Amino acid sequence: MAAARSVLSLSRILQPWSGVTGGTVIRPVLCSRREKTTYTPPPAKYGGRHTVTLIPGDGIGPELLNHVRELFRFCCVPVDFEVVTVDSSVVSEDEINNAVTAIRRNGVALKGRLLWVMFVLGVCSYLIMFCNSSIHYYYCVFCSFIAGNIETNHNLPPSHKSRNNLLRTSLDLYANVMHCQTLPGVQTRHKDIDIIIIRENTEGEYSSLEHENVPGVVESLKIITRVNSLRIAEYAFKLAREKGRRRVTAVHKANIMKLGDGLFLQCCKEVAAGYPDIAFDNMIVDNTTMQLVSKPQQFDVMVMPNLYGNVVSNVCAGLVGGPGLVPGANYGKNYAVFETATRNTGKSIANKNVANPTATLLASCLMLDHLGLVDYASMIRKAIFKTLSETRLHTADIGGLATTSEVVQSIMREVQKTGPLTSEYI
Amino acid sequence: MATSRALLSLSRSLQPGWGGRLGSAVKVSGAAASSRRDKSTHTGQIIPPPARYGGRHTVTLIPGDGIGPELLNHVRELFRFSCVPVDFEVVNVNSSLTNEDDINNAITAIRRNGVALKGNIETNHTLPPSHKSRNNLLRTGLDLYANVMHCQSLPGVQTRHKNIDIIIIRENTEGEYSSLEHESVPGVVESLKIITRNNSLRIADYAFRLAREKGRRRVTAVHKANIMKLADGLFLQCCKEVASGYPDITFDSMIVDNTTMQLVSKPHQFDVMVMPNLYGNVVSNVCAGLVGGPGLVPGANLGSDYAVFETATRNTGKSIAGRNIANPTAMLLASCLMLDHLKLHAYASMIRSSIFTTMNETQLHTADIGGQGTTSEVVQSIMRNIQSGGPLTTEL
Repeated sequence: MAAARSVLSLSRILQPWSGVTGGTVIRPVLCSRREKTTYTPPPAKYGGRHTVTLIPGDGIGPELLNHVRELFRFCCVPVDFEVVTVDSSVVSEDEINNAVTAIRRNGVALKGRLLWVMFVLGVCSYLIMFCNSSIHYYYCVFCSFIAGNIETNHNLPPSHKSRNNLLRTSLDLYANVMHCQTLPGVQTRHKDIDIIIIRENTEGEYSSLEHENVPGVVESLKIITRVNSLRIAEYAFKLAREKGRRRVTAVHKANIMKLGDGLFLQCCKEVAAGYPDIAFDNMIVDNTTMQLVSKPQQFDVMVMPNLYGNVVSNVCAGLVGGPGLVPGANYGKNYAVFETATRNTGKSIANKNVANPTATLLASCLMLDHLGLVDYASMIRKAIFKTLSETRLHTADIGGLATTSEVVQSIMREVQKTGPLTSEYI
Repeated sequence: MATSRALLSLSRSLQPGWGGRLGSAVKVSGAAASSRRDKSTHTGQIIPPPARYGGRHTVTLIPGDGIGPELLNHVRELFRFSCVPVDFEVVNVNSSLTNEDDINNAITAIRRNGVALKGNIETNHTLPPSHKSRNNLLRTGLDLYANVMHCQSLPGVQTRHKNIDIIIIRENTEGEYSSLEHESVPGVVESLKIITRNNSLRIADYAFRLAREKGRRRVTAVHKANIMKLADGLFLQCCKEVASGYPDITFDSMIVDNTTMQLVSKPHQFDVMVMPNLYGNVVSNVCAGLVGGPGLVPGANLGSDYAVFETATRNTGKSIAGRNIANPTAMLLASCLMLDHLKLHAYASMIRSSIFTTMNETQLHTADIGGQGTTSEVVQSIMRNIQSGGPLTTEL
């Protein structure tokens, strides 16, 4: 790997001058060799710092992502943010395409829910040389980005597709992973919940294919394909094995949607046959939601198509304390996007300093884990949990009176107390 | 109405003897009678089926699978004990057969009687896709467009949330349950979700009328119109149009994922909810879980001419069948709903109050709500309560 990296760096230096010849011969070889090995984090850029695309989004996204940047600067995390704003009220898709390009370039991003787009390129000059959209083509690297949620105004005409959806489908972020855990210090009706929800992220009911052949009769297409179902099932079982989980449950409605969910279920069964150490069962979605509400501790890992994933992940988020506490990750083969699990815009609490920053901060920790900066991630995570156990620092959504900035300040204080050298100010 | 009823009874009594030749005449008078009935239901009132000779109603009973048969036996036992003037016409539907004769017989019986009480018919999803869900066929064949579930916290049952009172109205015939799927390219399945203007207007109208009848303040439409813009957008638009005709009732809307999250944390904010088919399925199961489980909530499927009553969450309960541990409450409350529908309110409230009295005694709770009572103990206790509190009953 070290050899590969040095060759890559060399080829990058040579690139402005080499043109087509020497560079291209080396790169495909590197690509294929890297694809054969297990996942490696994106390489550090010059100076050992990563660049991550930041999409502030709408509502509470911008203020929470500012807190993330503040926290990262304070903890001296070697990550720089390239801010790309997307205006979701604009009808043309240029801005979201720009965002997608930036993500392809950097590979990692942090996202809020998208409402407004003002394209601002805040990138360091030494990166401009390498901010060439063909770079992703030259090294097969896992790219990720963190995003805030982009609001979808459903009063606009149907041709105006959901920006978040466009992002997910163009980057082929096929797996949405949400790890739902009861957090210490947060009062909930259910204790000891620990569920991983893996949701197919690109097809299903979210294909945006609808038509009105006869006035007053709308047909909405739900697409389930064998390829995507096998892929998501494979991802689920691999993740379950990695994390040492015992059981995977497929959630479906195959008694009604026999072909669609029947295909999904069949694919899950086929993949399950290759993982004899993991128990596989299935449950119909209505029974699942009822069981979740009464006995959530019976679930371990759950895999499901898009819409059921949406509902089930929101139920689980509600069970562990609300939308302000759970981070989510969207993984594809080459890219990853991190955001809050329930993708709320939070318009009504925007700029009031009452939003709960926990979900976004935990999402940024997931991003650091993904980048291989595991130490920073665990340091910040520990500080977040320590702060959460203090009830007077709970924000309004979990029943307290604290403000967002108080919570973030407290987290920074915790990091300073227990961690390595941090920057001066508090 | 009396003349049409008389005509109908006459036509029915004539039918066995004169089947063939007078058949067409019978059908003609039947059609006239039913069209007059249709016209009166269009004003919004559901007319109960006429009482038969001797003042007794006949109700179709479909035992179904799993715990259905044993619970419906208890219902019959209880009705007999309480001298309720209802006779049951039992129609068995075998869910493993591939031809649709059984379910068509059931539909005919329900058309004849007008009211039915049903257990869930299991849908084996390993059978080929041409084998449609029997429950679905029943609902679409009888056009039972509204599924109403009244979710209330029952006294005596320990739950994490208290004092829940939500009415869920779910569109019952279209949406994701249209069973229209095809595999144009191998490995790619397209499943059609149908939303029509007529049905959406109809269900919204039903929801607002019910809210007004019951004195409710707010109706919430649950949808996913940010993703399914045309389909759920149409549904939402229809709800808004109907809402404008009911200025005394507040109307708002919520996306389904947010709804389920809110239900789990703050269910008291909801009053009446109206939604398409699949969301209704999920939301009603979440609510059933909140008030104590599938054994406690009854559901009603209502159309303009027919009504079918069953448990709200439509569980077959295969694993607990025949073991005398199922919770009979949901089925018994469903039978009370049926009695209300037949305008036998006195009997309905008598049975309901004895069910609630029994609920209060923790040692009579069945396993699903945390107790150790058996089904028969619960039913016996209900019957004892009726005997002590009510009018003359048959011997215990």
